[in-house]
Order: sequence, then C-alpha cells, then structure tokens
Amino acid sequence: MRHTLSVLVENNPGALSRIAGLFSGRGFNIESLCVAATLDPTLSHLTLVTSGADLIIEQIIKQLNRLVDVYKVVDVSEGEYVEREMALIKVKAEAETRAEVLRIVDIFRCKVVDVSPKTYTLEVTGPETKLKAVLELLRPIGIKEIARTGTIAMAREKKTV
Amino acid sequence: MAKMAGKQMVVEALKREGVEVVFGYPGGAIIDVFDAIDKDGSIKFVLVRHEQGATHAADGYARSSGKVGVCIVTSGPGATNTVTGIATAYMDSVPMVVITGQVPTALIGNDAFQEVDIVGITRPCTKHNYLVKDVKDLSRILKEAFYLARSGRPGPVLIDIPKDVQNGKAEFAYPEEIELRSYKPVADPHIKQIERACALIEQARKPIIYAGGGVVIAGAHKELRALAEEISAPVAMTLMGLGGFPGTHPYSLGMLGMHGSYCSNMAMANTDLIIAVGARFDDRVTGKIEAFAPMAKIIHMDVDPTSIQKNVKVDVPIVGDCKKGLSKLLKVLKEGGRDQETWKNQHKAWWEQIRAWEKRHPLSYKKDSNVIKPQYVIERLYDMTKGRAIITTEVGQNQMWTAQFYKFDEPRTLLTSGGLGTMGYGFPAAIGAQIAFPDKLVVDVAGDGSIQMNIQEMATAMEQKLPVKIVILNNQFLGMVRQWQELFYEKRYVATRFQVVPDFVRLAEAYGAKGFRATRPEEVDQVLKQGLETDGLVIMEFAIAREEGVFPMVPAGKATTEMLLV
Ligand SMILES: Cc1ncc(C[n+]2csc(CCOP(=O)(O)OP(=O)(O)O)c2C)c(N)n1
Repeated sequence: MRHTLSVLVENNPGALSRIAGLFSGRGFNIESLCVAATLDPTLSHLTLVTSGADLIIEQIIKQLNRLVDVYKVVDVSEGEYVEREMALIKVKAEAETRAEVLRIVDIFRCKVVDVSPKTYTLEVTGPETKLKAVLELLRPIGIKEIARTGTIAMAREKKTV
Repeated sequence: MAKMAGKQMVVEALKREGVEVVFGYPGGAIIDVFDAIDKDGSIKFVLVRHEQGATHAADGYARSSGKVGVCIVTSGPGATNTVTGIATAYMDSVPMVVITGQVPTALIGNDAFQEVDIVGITRPCTKHNYLVKDVKDLSRILKEAFYLARSGRPGPVLIDIPKDVQNGKAEFAYPEEIELRSYKPVADPHIKQIERACALIEQARKPIIYAGGGVVIAGAHKELRALAEEISAPVAMTLMGLGGFPGTHPYSLGMLGMHGSYCSNMAMANTDLIIAVGARFDDRVTGKIEAFAPMAKIIHMDVDPTSIQKNVKVDVPIVGDCKKGLSKLLKVLKEGGRDQETWKNQHKAWWEQIRAWEKRHPLSYKKDSNVIKPQYVIERLYDMTKGRAIITTEVGQNQMWTAQFYKFDEPRTLLTSGGLGTMGYGFPAAIGAQIAFPDKLVVDVAGDGSIQMNIQEMATAMEQKLPVKIVILNNQFLGMVRQWQELFYEKRYVATRFQVVPDFVRLAEAYGAKGFRATRPEEVDQVLKQGLETDGLVIMEFAIAREEGVFPMVPAGKATTEMLLV
C-alpha cells in the first residue's frame, strides 16, 4: 500500500540525512521525498511517500518518531488529504504533433512554459495519478526530458500536522 | 557572567553530570580538552592503548554501574577507532557519551589532516550526535547529550568538537532541565493496556515470562521476580536478560534461543501467553519466525515503541519503563483478588510439563578425564566465585558457555556484547567494570581469538593497577565459527585454525602481570584458585578440548524446537 507521510522535523543540520539514512539503513523504500520550510523557522516540513505492508508502515512511523529531531509524524493517507506534485516535461513538438500536444495541455490544464522550434516544455501540477496520465499520453509523442518535484501533501480540514 | 573556554565547558559539564572517570586517548585535535581535565584535577583519566578499548571500557563502566560512560578521543583515526565500541553500546542500549576532537571549523570539509566526518559515520549507530559549530551551543549540547544518553532507551551520544570551538569562549549556560519538544520518551505505561494484559494473564494456562536486557537497564529485577512468583510463571531470559531474574531461582528456565536450554525453547514453543519484558524478539531468540510460539498470545512491554511489533505480531503492546510497567501490572493483578495458590493450581499441569522437559534434556556436556572441558571450567569458576563476580565475556563459544553454565543471580553481573557480538569487548569492558567497582572480583571469560583483539589493554590494566582476572578458554580455533564449519560446511575449517597462538602465560609476564596455565582437567581447580587468589592482573589459560561445541544449538533459520542436542 502506498502511504503519504507528513513529517515535521527540527531544522537541525543532519536531520534530513538522518531520515534518509534511516530508510536506506533499514531497507525501507522511499518513493518520493520533499522538504521545505514551514511558517516556524525552526521546523521543516517533509512529505514522504513510501509503500509497504501495514506492519512496515507502523515500523517506519515509529522509527521516524524515535529520531531525536523528529517532532511529529502523520500518515495523511489514513484520512482525507490533498496531494500535489509538479513536473516540467520537455516534449517533441514538430509540425505534425504540435496540435496534439496543445490538446493534451488543454485537457489537463497544463501550461506551456517554454517553446523552441522542436519542443514544448510543459508545466503540470496535480496528484501523482494525473501526472501519470499526462506522461502516458505524451510518451508516444516523444518526451525528451522530465523533472519532477515529488509529492507534497496536506490533510484536509481540521487535521493539521 | 564571565566567559568560559569550550574545553573548560567540557570539564564543567562532566563534573555537573557526576562523571568521575573518563576513558580516552590523546591527539592534536583534543589536546586542549585533556589539558583542561588535567588542570582541573577532579576527574580521573584512564589512558587506554586503543580507542576501541576506551569505548568498551566506558561501556563496561556504564553497564556495571548504571551510570553514563564517557570516552574522549582525538579526530580522524582516533574517532574512527571508536566506531565498533559505539555500535556495540548502541545495539545493547548502553548510556555513553563520546567526545571527539575535530579539525578547526575553517578546515572542515577540506580533507584536512586527520579530518573525518565522524558525525556522518556514526549517525546510524548513535542515539544522537552533534557537530558543535559554535562554542555558544556547547554547554547546551553537553547537557542534552547526557540527558539523551541516559533517558528513555539509553544509548551512545557523540559530540564532535572542533579545535577552535574547544578554545573559543562563551558564557557557560548549563540548563538545569532539558526540554526537547521532539524527544519525549514515554515512561508511564497506559493503564488500559495494563488491564488488557492482566485479563490475558488471568486466562492463560501456560504462560511464560520472556525477559530481556530492558529489565536490567530499568532496574526492574525485583518487580520481575515479584510478578513471576505472584502468578507462578516460568521465566526464560535472553543473553542480555541474564541476571535480570535470579538464575538459581526455581522458576528460572535459563537462557532461550539459539543456544538456550531445551526446556526454555520447548516452553516458548508451547506457551499460550508470552509476557515479554524489555526483550525484542531478536532472531537469535525466535529462530524461524513463522514457527515461533505458534499458539501464543503476546504481551510486550518495552520503553522503545520501535521494538514492539517489529518482528512479531503483538496482542497487547505496553510502551513504558519496565520497572513502572511491572509494578503497575502487579498492582492491578493483585487487585483482581486471586491468591498465589489459585495461580499455582491454574498452572500446575504446565509446570509438570516444564519439569519433564527439564529432566529430559538438562544443560549438560560429556565429561572427560583426559581433556579440559570448557563447561567444566565455567562451572568451577561459578563454584569458586560463588556467583559473586562481575563476569564479562568475549564473543563466541566462550560467551555461550558462560551464559549457560554460570548462574547469574544479580543484574549487571554479566557484561557481554549481545546485539553486535563484538569480539574484543570483554577485556576492556572488564577494565571499565573494575574501575567502577574496585573491590569486586571482575573476570573476563575469553576465547584465544577474542582476547587477541584488545590484548593491548593489559598495559592499561597494569597502569591502573586493576586486578582483572582473564580466563582464556584456548581451543586454538575461532571456535564458534569452527563449530558452524563442522556442522554445516563438512568440517572445512577455513580461516578458523590458528597456526600461531602466543604463550599467554609469558605474555602476561611481559606486561608485568601473572599467568597460570592448565592443560589437564585435574589442574583446573588449582589454576583457578591460584589465579583468583593472586593479586593484580592475571591470565588463567585453559587448554580446552579443541573441537568442543556449544549445545543445544538451533541452526540459523530453523525453528527453535529443532535443536541439536549434546
Ligand atoms: C570483531 C568480530 N569479528 C568477527 C566475529 C565473528 N566471530 C564470532 S565468534 C568468532 C570466533 C571467536 O573465537 P574465540 O574468541 O577464539 O572464541 P571461541 O568461540 O573459540 O570460544 C568469530 C570470528 C565477531 N563476532 N566479532
């Protein structure tokens, strides 16, 4: 099962490598990892996507909590939550495919952020499933390069991390 | 407030934490701290011969006394030499503070002379670690380090202090209390869980208490004993749990697991309720996990929530300090109003079964009048010390024979590397224990392989006038590995046979210590007696049966009921 964890961590040097090291050292899987500042300058917010059986996820959460720098861990995927990821996609855009690319851009509400004689660069934002769908449609046209941010997530309504 | 140099802050913090002794080894990057310790004059400094020795000595000091062990070394190679000792302490939850010197902050990251990223290297094997970049943070970090090392599930904490920070000045602001919002170890177990546990205990017909090192660390041996006696339940211990329950108590089944007793492994396999206390279902205990205690419900008490539900599915998790947890459990059980007779009756059939297992295969070995049996040496050592010594062990067969044949009645009397299984641990640990308890008898039981891993610490013991007794069970083999080769590799003794073994008696003499040797069974008593009665550092060497094995043995990956017996 795929789980999205929201982790608040002290803004101390080495905190991120401790978390990354925990995953590699214990053989847990990281599908994506995103870190950024929060409103509180002493804390960073980390969104971590991982997958595993329930017992593994329980271990991951406990092990994270055990780190001295970790303030709070919430499995947001246990309740309702929103998640977003952004990707930049450079796709082949030659005479015969330009229209098709633009149609996809339109349907998925992407943005064209750069144009060259042979390529379009698109910006796509959405949950992972949407990114997957866009990529699937663009692939036959010819993707030259992609850059993704990894997932960020937030529990809905009252639940805060 | 007057400013203070970083090096003095270290000294000041050590004093406030009640540290009386530090173990270490000097070098350019830590020379200032050593100088400050010496100027102050109130802390004993023990110079070892290898930094690994310093960490194990600090560890032995900590395990035997329950205090935090402290070790101070230089940067680079000094720091890397401590890693095995730190990992050893980490695996066995030993409170320890390691201070390493570091190159000046301006040089960090430049591959400067004797620079190493020790904070990076030790991240996975410390409870926490720090690189101090600013002397203003140093006093707070020192306080935090001691607090982290000893609270919750204890462990080693490393502080890496660059040379300029040692000499920089700031106000010494040592907090009275530590308040870390991200670190809140749970000590008080939840009453709901205790009640659920009691309900299970009341239903059980074949309960077993499975006690680990957490009992010893928490000082919960009295409470454990009270629980066992109250509900009339047998107690099986892990290697780390030995001494947490009296080994001579009629309810003790001894050790369980790979080299545990037949009886405790059979009891574990047939129990309907495991009451696990401060134990973590290590693979050396469970054997093949799918076959482990198939009928059992499990109550698991541990201060570290990560230990619970890690290897086995638990019915009632109790997160908390074992001492508090056990007393609460006992209290609630007693409120249930049953008397001990009722409990005894309820478990009568179970006890009959257990006694039958005990009879069928008691711990034993084939006696021999021609060659010294290592088990016999341990038995005699037990008799002669009346079980009152602090015993450290190395790793291998010597460790298992000691665990099997020496009956530990008191907590903190067996110091052994359980989690990491570190050869070379026992002797420096004995040095640490002897410093903590100058008047106690401290014996390191060693193999000829392990003792050679930190034998250089004989100089330390001599210098400090420590009367440690070393018992070497010399089989001229890396015995435990040889045993595996014998059983599972058609006796191909690859890299386990020593062609050169030093003359340990003369080696002892070379260090100014005393040495005695027994080569025949009838000499064992004499040598033990002589060795134990001789003042100062002593080596007692026993030329033991070369191909003796440790039994019972559960082959790795097998169910614990699939024991190979003597
Ligand atoms: C530092 C280290 N290296 C290797 C091992 C693997 N190992 C486990 S037991 C053992 C043999 C120990 O031999 P010895 O000290 O002579 O004791 P014996 O088993 O013969 O009693 C070895 C090599 C270890 N535990 N620790």
